[in-house]
Amino acid sequence: MENSFFLQAIIYLAAAVICVPIAKKIGLSSILGYLFSGIIIGPFVMGFIGSEGQDLMHFAEFGVVMMLFLIGLELDPYKFWKMRRFILGMGSLQVGITSLVLFICSCIIFDWNWQTSLTISLALSLSSTAIVLQTLKEKGMLQTSVGRSSFAVLLFQDIAVIPILALIPLLASSSNIIPDEDLHHSLISNLDGWLQTLIVTGVIGAIYFGGKYIIVPLLHIIAKTRLQELFTASALLLVLGVSYLMQIVGLSPALGAFMAGVVLANSEFRHELEGDIAPFKGLFLGLFFIGVGASINFRLIIDNPAFILIFGFILTMIKFFVFLGIGKLYNKKIDQNFIFSIGLSQAGEFGFVIMSFSMQLNIIPNMLANQIMAIIAISMIATPFLLLINERLIDPYFGIKEKESNTYDEINENNEVIIAGFGNFGSTIGRLLKTNKIPATILDLDSDRVDSLRKMGFKVYYGDATRLELLKAAGCENAKLFIAAIDNPTVNLIVIEMLKKHFPHLKILARARNRNDAFEIIDMGIENIYRENLYSAVHLGIDALVYLGHRRYSATRQGQRFIKYDEDAIFRLAKKRHDKKAFMISAMEEIEMQEQLFKSDLLNPMGPDDHAWDSENLKKDTST
Amino acid sequence: MLKNKILILFAHPLFEKSFANRIIAGHIPDSENITFHDLYELYPELDIDVKYEQELLKQHDIIIWQHPMYWYSCPPLLKQWIDMVLEYGWAYGKHGLALQDKIIFQAITTGANAENYSEEGLHLFTIPELLRPFSQTAKVCRMEYLPPFVIHGTHKIDEQTCHEKAASYARLLTYLENNEVDILKIQEFFYMNDWMQSKNI
Repeated sequence: MENSFFLQAIIYLAAAVICVPIAKKIGLSSILGYLFSGIIIGPFVMGFIGSEGQDLMHFAEFGVVMMLFLIGLELDPYKFWKMRRFILGMGSLQVGITSLVLFICSCIIFDWNWQTSLTISLALSLSSTAIVLQTLKEKGMLQTSVGRSSFAVLLFQDIAVIPILALIPLLASSSNIIPDEDLHHSLISNLDGWLQTLIVTGVIGAIYFGGKYIIVPLLHIIAKTRLQELFTASALLLVLGVSYLMQIVGLSPALGAFMAGVVLANSEFRHELEGDIAPFKGLFLGLFFIGVGASINFRLIIDNPAFILIFGFILTMIKFFVFLGIGKLYNKKIDQNFIFSIGLSQAGEFGFVIMSFSMQLNIIPNMLANQIMAIIAISMIATPFLLLINERLIDPYFGIKEKESNTYDEINENNEVIIAGFGNFGSTIGRLLKTNKIPATILDLDSDRVDSLRKMGFKVYYGDATRLELLKAAGCENAKLFIAAIDNPTVNLIVIEMLKKHFPHLKILARARNRNDAFEIIDMGIENIYRENLYSAVHLGIDALVYLGHRRYSATRQGQRFIKYDEDAIFRLAKKRHDKKAFMISAMEEIEMQEQLFKSDLLNPMGPDDHAWDSENLKKDTST
Repeated sequence: MLKNKILILFAHPLFEKSFANRIIAGHIPDSENITFHDLYELYPELDIDVKYEQELLKQHDIIIWQHPMYWYSCPPLLKQWIDMVLEYGWAYGKHGLALQDKIIFQAITTGANAENYSEEGLHLFTIPELLRPFSQTAKVCRMEYLPPFVIHGTHKIDEQTCHEKAASYARLLTYLENNEVDILKIQEFFYMNDWMQSKNI
């Protein structure tokens, strides 16, 4: 058992690791890489995995759930509300028209009964969230108008699955077939209609209020433990929990995750949750695509290739033209409309669900259902290819391109300054900037602090700044200045290293705890280093001089000179440090450094080197 | 001839908000022989680096103190500069010959109009009278002090006039950079501006 699990995991991962880079190398999307690796390890090519492709997909659909959760996180309720026209308008038009056209065609062409035709039409009218969104993301088009329209349609489809799944059993009972076992029905399906509605509404409300008043405080408590993995675990638990809850009441888990995401979009944990879930999402989606590839039943295709290929072709064309029409209705430019229509022209994972569901209800003969599933899978594979053909052959004919500037306002925070670490040190900087009306994006890992700062009107994000995702989400690509002021010097150093590597344009002002920290930061090529103890120590020293009878102005000038001298010295010593061949423990190193400093203090006496306002010499000269 | 090297010692504590001075600074020609030295930018805590400033003076032939008139004098950092940089034994005194024969003058902006700076006017004294401490400082340092380049009335100046004045300052700088300076001739004039007019610069 153990062994076979490992073996399975190795097969999947190896297939992905081999195929995806190859696909990328020859300019195909990673989705195709996953699909092909699925086909290759599937039962019809190499046979490493058998029928478990289907099971795998059920498991891996979780990737879609996570994807929707992440999309929800990006979309706060206000933005979501702004999109309602597209979601309802485009979505309902598309599902309605597509299934109607499919229904009429299949009634005319095939001798299926109307229930079968209707079920198949509805199943095929839905597109694949996973394929479309992943493709758009890879092309960097999620934030363009194509991306938003596609997303709106997909979201409507997610919602539409619910009534469709509710409708199908009615078709079955009308043909007098009573389902023996009902997997897809929820716990509450035996209740009255009005009670079901009430419970569903209640659950949606619970997600909203639970998110706001239970989840966020809970995340605070977990964040306080400062255990990164515990936070990741709770993020996963959150997504799983919501999905399960939704499944219990018969809603789509993806929809529930999406709602949970929207609720949490405004919380300070947004970036952190994003960073935690994203890798899992990628992995699960990859598995999902492998599953699709592996589940294609090539024997069925070989038995009746004409039916499947022609049906697949016609399906794709119908969906394409319906989308094209809707795009036209919503004033899409032709090149965008093509991407939009081709992108959504496949049938999706919900098709699998509806097909297997109707098989159980005996609405559709097993043979036909399997053929339809093969068609769905083929249409999914076709999409990336069609997009590629569009990109290379069709698109160049339409000269006009959507420029990035055409995208509408994002409510992203794009501050010029990012402050990492908002303890005593960082918050002082933040306050100074704020009093000068300079907004800063602030990252901090102390959830209590984040909370109180947010109450004071700072926009603080909870998160670990050593994570690339968080740095990206915070806007490092567009910022001018990064202030690395994290309390823990080791963490601060890691952040600086990441920034140097991934955002070389960014000007970094770095906090250093002491001389040794400063050396390491200098080694990374940072010029602006601020030792936290230097300035306060010098100011204390100035006061000491004053109490010992020095006049304040002269003492202050001595302090200024000392800081300048010491700042020069540190750069000098940093270079020297590398000349030494001996390996010393750092304490020894520190002592040796001190010795060197004292020695050079003796060589450069710190007495005043100018004679401003000093008439000693003048008097001496005039008296002679 | 060898080109003259010009050092502009600029002192303005609120440069970013000064309408006239920003336009004037914007017109300063981009030349390897002209150094624009923004003192408040470099020494925000009045912590002037004396050795560096003295080195800079040594490398230039013509020094300009460019500043607005505040309370009939220069902004405090320029006075600090004078106090600290012009050291006894370096700039003046028996052995203080470092600045000998260098040319120095002031480029000044005043908020009030020219007619206010006269015996009958609001301020009672003329600009050269008010600048006596500076001309005398130059003299003690054995430098050649020339009459000031003045832009009056900056409180009410309109943009076009300001650009014209700034352009004439720029012409002056280019002239001084490229020509032998007739010190005695220029010293006959009240303002540098008057000499420029006589020479059609």
